[in-house]
Amino acid sequence: MANSNPDIEKLTGEEYKYGFVTDIEAEQLPPGLDETVVRTISAKKEEPEWLLDFRLKALARFLEMLEAKQEPTWAMVDYSPIDYQNVIYYSAPKPKPELESLDEVDPELLRTYEKLGISLQEQKRLTGVKVAVDAVFDSVSVATTFKEELEKQGIIFCSFSDAVQNHPALVKRYLGSVVPYSDNFFATLNSAVFSDGSFAYIPRGVHCPMELSTYFRINSAGTGQFERTLLVADEGASVSYLEGCTAPMRDENQLHAAVVELVALDDASIKYSTVQNWYPGDKNGVGGIYNFVTKRGACRGRRSKISWTQVETGSAITWKYPSCILQGDESVGEFYSVAMTNNAQQADTGTKMIHIGKNTRSTIISKGISAGRGQQSYRGLVRIGPKAREARNYSQCDSLLIGDECGAHTFPYLEVKNATATVEHEATTSKIGDEQLFFCRQRGLSEEDAVSMIVNGFCKEVLRELPMEFAVEAQNLLAVSLEGSVG
Amino acid sequence: MSRSSSTGDDERPLGTRHYLERFARAAQHRAGPGWLETLRGEAIASFAEIGFPTRRLEEWRYTSTAPIERVAFELPESDRSAPTPEELAEIAPCASQAWRAVFVDGRLCAERSVLPADSGGLRIDSLADALAGGEGEALVAAHLARQAPFKNDAFTALNTAFMEDGALVEIPPGWQEERPLYLLFVSTGNETISHPRTLVIARPGSRATLIQDHVSLDSGTRFSNAVCEVLAEENAALDLVLIQRENAQSYHVSNLQAVQERDSRVALHTITLGGALVRNELGLMLAAPGAEADLRGLFLGGSRRHIDNHTLVDHAVPHCTSRQLYKGILGGHARGVFRGRVIVRPDAQKSDALQSNPNLLLANQAEINTKPQLEIRADDVKCSHGSTIGQLDREALFYLRSRGVEERAARMLLTRGFAAEIAAGLPLESLSGWARQLVDSAVETLTADMEGSET
Repeated sequence: MANSNPDIEKLTGEEYKYGFVTDIEAEQLPPGLDETVVRTISAKKEEPEWLLDFRLKALARFLEMLEAKQEPTWAMVDYSPIDYQNVIYYSAPKPKPELESLDEVDPELLRTYEKLGISLQEQKRLTGVKVAVDAVFDSVSVATTFKEELEKQGIIFCSFSDAVQNHPALVKRYLGSVVPYSDNFFATLNSAVFSDGSFAYIPRGVHCPMELSTYFRINSAGTGQFERTLLVADEGASVSYLEGCTAPMRDENQLHAAVVELVALDDASIKYSTVQNWYPGDKNGVGGIYNFVTKRGACRGRRSKISWTQVETGSAITWKYPSCILQGDESVGEFYSVAMTNNAQQADTGTKMIHIGKNTRSTIISKGISAGRGQQSYRGLVRIGPKAREARNYSQCDSLLIGDECGAHTFPYLEVKNATATVEHEATTSKIGDEQLFFCRQRGLSEEDAVSMIVNGFCKEVLRELPMEFAVEAQNLLAVSLEGSVG
Repeated sequence: MSRSSSTGDDERPLGTRHYLERFARAAQHRAGPGWLETLRGEAIASFAEIGFPTRRLEEWRYTSTAPIERVAFELPESDRSAPTPEELAEIAPCASQAWRAVFVDGRLCAERSVLPADSGGLRIDSLADALAGGEGEALVAAHLARQAPFKNDAFTALNTAFMEDGALVEIPPGWQEERPLYLLFVSTGNETISHPRTLVIARPGSRATLIQDHVSLDSGTRFSNAVCEVLAEENAALDLVLIQRENAQSYHVSNLQAVQERDSRVALHTITLGGALVRNELGLMLAAPGAEADLRGLFLGGSRRHIDNHTLVDHAVPHCTSRQLYKGILGGHARGVFRGRVIVRPDAQKSDALQSNPNLLLANQAEINTKPQLEIRADDVKCSHGSTIGQLDREALFYLRSRGVEERAARMLLTRGFAAEIAAGLPLESLSGWARQLVDSAVETLTADMEGSET
């Protein structure tokens, strides 16, 4: 905790308003990673044999990678080595209740989510827009709302652990089919120790009537959060999914290595939005979350569509490349991203669009804002395979620099193996125009308001892709994250 | 050396061992001052340590040097056949009006060269002659291996270790003569290697056009491993033209590194039309305010050729400008690579960098990998890059067809149109006209090749 320095706490306290800790009894495993830990997690969740096998294979591979020092170093981020044997791989609020209704949820937890602005009380939604929420607290899912209403339509939306118990066939069929257990260092770690997450299955032809949402919260100290999300949209189904995340302020770095897998079959469409606001560390770069996430969607079916929208304002380090594998003919991949780094934050983020099927299309819009000493990289790959006839890609990556100590970098890879493809990439880097600022100031706006307004305008193309409620939250977040970077 | 000897010679790949052996064997025959021998020693030690690059290195991600490693290239015999004056006139009509130095397998051929003996201080010397002693040696000693370090670059290390000859060019202060400087590098023999080295020093306020032209007169597998170091002093303006049109069996690796002083301007025109495997590495260091760099390139290839272009523009100080325009045209099974890096260092405010890389894919099996890259650490900058990959505009083709132009001719016209911009940017009308012809005929060959393979 940053108690030792009240000044710093006062300073940062205003900027990161989700930095509180919930005092709740937690059940934790001791720090460290070995077969016992993995077996214990699996046993706690009463998992079937095949899932334990999956975990153990991943663990063996991870230990191999760890031994061979294969932790990725290519990203433009700088951090001291992580001691993977000093992380707590499982932490759950105790006791884990068998929940029948929300009344049984620990009131302390409910209050936590109230404070975060996430209501778990179904009747209390103010906006009138229904959002089904799965709340994940440290390693486990604590509540899922609107389950019954969704069930009427045949939609399965529950925690990952519930899905393993109640829909094992579905989970077995799709788990690891998009991100295999050996995919990369952090995904392999996740495959071995993932604790919980969300699972959603939208049956054939169903348009999900409300937004599905997962709210992730890291609470305990010294823990890593490793959640796993699996979303399957069957033929002709469509769904919009939101994800939000926060964590308390601590002066240690906490690891978050999640895996998200999306599968879209024929004519299905998935919209996946993230507002990532993990604790970014204080002004001096002490503490904060290491956000090392693998997100990938497979457009398996013809005319399927996967759209990623992300607003990344938190985390000390972000390492994240939501990708689309455009396998089905005429499938569509989209990536809209706003990433903001302030103070000592670092972000290396981007996307991969792998065009395999014919007539596949992808769009990449990435907006990066770097302030303070923030370092930010866009890293993206557009690959047009030899069979992807008439594939089309458009990428635009713009960076805005605020202050002379920050950096913005662009690393696009374009690999084209089919002559009928059309690929365009554009990138610009500039600072906020003095004239724009002057214009706003002249009309009586304070400098901070002016900058915030210009930044919001800069991000407009991405923000408008977000569902309404999230868009408002995202705009506020951008303004808050910029605080102290002007003047 | 200590690190390399611990590896043990036998564990090294055959290709690496070959050059180490040749270096050791040539020890007695090498000429030159002591400091050069020390430099060569350091270079070969670097090479021994790093060996040939592998595709695991980000710099070599898309290019395998295996074809180069597989052949045990030898330095050619000493009696080299120089091109006849007629051949020379045919290869390079523009050479007749230029100061010219003709190199055969990396060695100066004095009979075919027209060098300024005493022309207002302009110096074009053979590097070997300069190293023999005197004023030239001091100049070389002061500048050699300064701009092109070999520590992490196997090919530059090889060049530095094996270099025997090349050109030493010094353009005197205030030089304004229009007459271009033309360096012709001819390769001969089979399975031969040459390591031409060029040193260009443009003194304050000078202005010149320097052409480096790599050609082969007949077939035969060759490897040219060229390194060129350029220093543009205050207010100097240099147009450097690099033309690569060796035969289809040739391997060509070239590294050009330039450092630019205050208010200097360097324009690099790179036209790559030949070779089986070509790697062009271009680095421009904008070392003082007001420096301007303009990189223009065209690469064109069919059949199974592989062309790799790397550019690096380093904005080290404020108030510099860089422009890049690199165009690629690929047909057959050819593969093209473009990696353009722009670095803006901290405090290099008011940097203005633009980069554009349009590519044309003419055949289905052709492949392009492009990676424009911006690394920016200052805020008051204007930087952008763009890259496109596409094919000939169907509507333009249709337009031409509807006016009775044959399909093949229409394709050729449009491809030529796409390529023309680079040749047109060359200084001097005679030069750009000549380059235009070279490019046009390369486009024609490419179009014809592709038709041949399709039917």
